[in-house]
Amino acid sequence: MRFEQLVLPHVDAAFNLARWLLRRREDAEDVAQEALLRACRFIRGFHGGDARAWVLQIVRNTCYTWLEKNRPRELSVEFNEELHQQSDATPESLAIAGDERERLTRALETLPPRYREVLVLRELEGCSYKEIAAITSIPIGTVMSSLSRARRQLFVVLDGSPGSEEANREM
Amino acid sequence: MRCDFADSLLHSYFDTELSSVDTAEFGRHVQKCSDCGSELVHLDLLRERLQLAQIYEPASPTLRRKINVQIRPKAQTTLRSQPLLWHWLAAAAALFLVAIVLLRMSPGLRNDDYQAELAAEIVDAHLRSLQPGDVTGIVSNDERAVKGWFDTKIKFALPVHDFANQGFALKGGRLELLEGRSVAALLYERNGRLINVFVWPTQGPDKSARTGSQRGFQWVDWRQDKMEFCAVSDTDPADLEQLRQLIYSNT
Repeated sequence: MRFEQLVLPHVDAAFNLARWLLRRREDAEDVAQEALLRACRFIRGFHGGDARAWVLQIVRNTCYTWLEKNRPRELSVEFNEELHQQSDATPESLAIAGDERERLTRALETLPPRYREVLVLRELEGCSYKEIAAITSIPIGTVMSSLSRARRQLFVVLDGSPGSEEANREM
Repeated sequence: MRCDFADSLLHSYFDTELSSVDTAEFGRHVQKCSDCGSELVHLDLLRERLQLAQIYEPASPTLRRKINVQIRPKAQTTLRSQPLLWHWLAAAAALFLVAIVLLRMSPGLRNDDYQAELAAEIVDAHLRSLQPGDVTGIVSNDERAVKGWFDTKIKFALPVHDFANQGFALKGGRLELLEGRSVAALLYERNGRLINVFVWPTQGPDKSARTGSQRGFQWVDWRQDKMEFCAVSDTDPADLEQLRQLIYSNT
């Protein structure tokens, strides 16, 4: 298997996942680069199948290792209150901020990494549950429940209620 | 607040992850249940918002460049042609050296142990070999000319064949110094990619093919008629195997 064929098509996916897991672009650049170099070193360990899932699994592991080393607190919190307050990401302030892209970005960033990653993999990367399970090394049943909780929490952050009518009005 | 259906079932339905039977059953339920119906609308709106906002962040050109420089140094050489041909050959020779080290070391080491180290060594060897240096050889697609060139320089009967009709065009040959002795290197081209076949005399018995890959380079190694062959390339492994069979049946 050639590295170019296996890994290079997934550089965007690699960076996007790292960016959402680490939240800072500079960190994501470094860690995505490190992960892709690791993919290159471990290329003999790839025995066919889904190359994107294989690459993203390495990216994800590298990100978590980096977080454990540099920002261990982020992995222990269920909901990032600190970040939530820091960024003033209340529904009101976000509504005033206006910019939809900014709102969604900040809302996603308040979710714990384990919810953030399933949302990013499903909604942005279009991964199937099976692929998400492979990338995150969690059982499919847990992928399902994490996704449903992650979406619920995102509704709360964005609109102040778990999928309430307000969501409709704001659209 | 909602119906009895499990939340994850609704999300699985929304993500089209249910079996066809479950999808049909849940579909019938949604038509009657306003809770689930409105929840699906919300999920759909959320997905649409995420997509419309274009929050997917692709890799920057800088990151791509860094990766190309660090991971794909060979890309720069394969794009250029003749003037750098011998540098490429030298690169392949360096890779080959590492492959030999691998073959020699493999019984004593576990696969996992040397794998990472070996890849790093290959990169180093590859980069070193890209440095300008004197490499001499013959550039020709003429079997006789290439064989004639080798005859005065090596002491074994090197089989030289052009397999252009089978898609492996002979490009030339040269000598490499390997572990203090001269080794023949034949160069073939396959769909624009170069394949090196290294050949040297051995006392060992015939040995069937062993294959491996490092950093996107494939190699296949075998012994026949008191010669050891090792073909190295970044081409498809199936191509290497085809070339191996051609050489095998013509030796």
